[in-house]
Amino acid sequence: MDLEPNKKFVVPIGPQHPALKEPGHFEFAVDGEIVTGATVRLGFVHRGIEKSAESRTYVQNLYLMERVCGICSHVHGTAFTIGVEHLAGVTVPPRANAIRVLVAELERIHSHMLWLGVAAHEGGFDTLFMYSWRDREKVMDILEEISGNRVHYSANVIGGVKFDISEEQRGKILSSLDFLEERTRHYLKVVNEDETFLGRTVGVGIMTREQAESLGAVGPTARASGVERDIRVDAPYAGYEQFPVRMITDTRGDLHARFVVRIEELFEAYRVIREILDHMPEGELTARVPRRIPAGETISRVEAPRGELLYYIKSNGTDMPERVKVRTPSLCNWGSITSVAVGHKLADMPMLLVGIDPCFSCNDRTITIKSAGVDLGWTWEDLRQHGIEAYR
Amino acid sequence: METKLASPWVKVIEGLKAWARINSPWVIHYNSGSCNGCDIEILATLTPRYDLERLGIKIQGSPRHADVLICTGPVTRQSRERLLRIYEQMPEPKFVVAVGSCGLSGGVFHGSYNIVGSIDEVLPVSAYVPGCPPRPEAIIHGVVALLESLKQPA
Repeated sequence: MDLEPNKKFVVPIGPQHPALKEPGHFEFAVDGEIVTGATVRLGFVHRGIEKSAESRTYVQNLYLMERVCGICSHVHGTAFTIGVEHLAGVTVPPRANAIRVLVAELERIHSHMLWLGVAAHEGGFDTLFMYSWRDREKVMDILEEISGNRVHYSANVIGGVKFDISEEQRGKILSSLDFLEERTRHYLKVVNEDETFLGRTVGVGIMTREQAESLGAVGPTARASGVERDIRVDAPYAGYEQFPVRMITDTRGDLHARFVVRIEELFEAYRVIREILDHMPEGELTARVPRRIPAGETISRVEAPRGELLYYIKSNGTDMPERVKVRTPSLCNWGSITSVAVGHKLADMPMLLVGIDPCFSCNDRTITIKSAGVDLGWTWEDLRQHGIEAYR
Repeated sequence: METKLASPWVKVIEGLKAWARINSPWVIHYNSGSCNGCDIEILATLTPRYDLERLGIKIQGSPRHADVLICTGPVTRQSRERLLRIYEQMPEPKFVVAVGSCGLSGGVFHGSYNIVGSIDEVLPVSAYVPGCPPRPEAIIHGVVALLESLKQPA
């Protein structure tokens, strides 16, 4: 989008800014208080993970992939392991699949509660921010109890999971869930009834179903616009076949709908976790996996808290992948911001930005556009040199 | 024109400055390439369970108001310049706390083409908080250890 800096006043925001905790640069062209154009500049946290993956073994890569994003680290690990298991032709034991889903849903709870707080903070509603983050600590306690770490739980190994859920842990999880469910009901009430909050959200940033589809929005952002798209339902992976989830959609497409969809998803997560704990399959936690993965290529898709996450893995028969491609949900949702923002007040921008639950660490990447007849296969040296030249 | 004070006064003023600095440090946070894990833990230290503000520590949006720069993640080539700019905008005396394994050594991203390296290759770091990510208690401990070290006469 052309900003025409000579004619319009441009408000630059970032990369270091008090609102979001991650670096991203935005430029809003404004006419008075109304935004007439928006651009995003990403790439401040581009670390070159996809290229690094090619010089690490599959086991090392698992830990690298978990660190694509700190908030949704488990789904990244799950998508990667599902892909590698598919290449190796390994069937994961049902108990491991159930635990994967359990941790994924716990992660969804932690991510959505984190988002609720940050979104409320952007709207100037710090009380809700503090409350939701206080209650989020309960989920962090559960995750720490079962995995030993608050963030980056490393639940997955290739071929299964690392830890089991004991009877004692089951009781703790269930009692925490009761507390969380009650609190979530309260949040839903606040989001639906608080007048100042409704003033900031209802009718703001409306994205129609057609827009959402043409812009390629994914996850709760798309579902709030009535797009029925959820990998857990469309193409169940891990244990989602055994423990199905209900897709939550809303047709209004405004910020308020995004709040409601995410909070309703929390209830769904509580229900699924309870069901898993009640019907946990018995058996082994891991299957044997060969160190060298047979040559081939595969695609695995999972539903991250922010939407569809896609992994493409190409193996050449050694213990290191030849190519790993990650397509993260946040990058797909950025397009919706730059077009929806136009016509809104500048003061609505923070809420709109947060409305898609942006995560910068997973969407900063280099993209080269392949022109006809030019081979753009980059070697390790080319990339390193490019990294040095581009940011000198 | 510089005014020279009698030495007992200098001592009193320096003591007063140190006291003020230790009791209300303002902190700025910058993510120079982190995976987000450390950032959400830093945010968690501000929220009711850990409540860093009870120690007089406040997260500040502008580098010009900040005393301490809390930095997470390895330094990517693109954020290096920004990181330096933020550091240069901070008034003296200023301190840097590196949070997380990546900030200390590059962590899992070590050797990647777009990584400059650890934070101490770019800025002078006063305190290191290891962990992937460090617990909020560890981050608080790191900041408090930095403040304790300021109590010693230089």
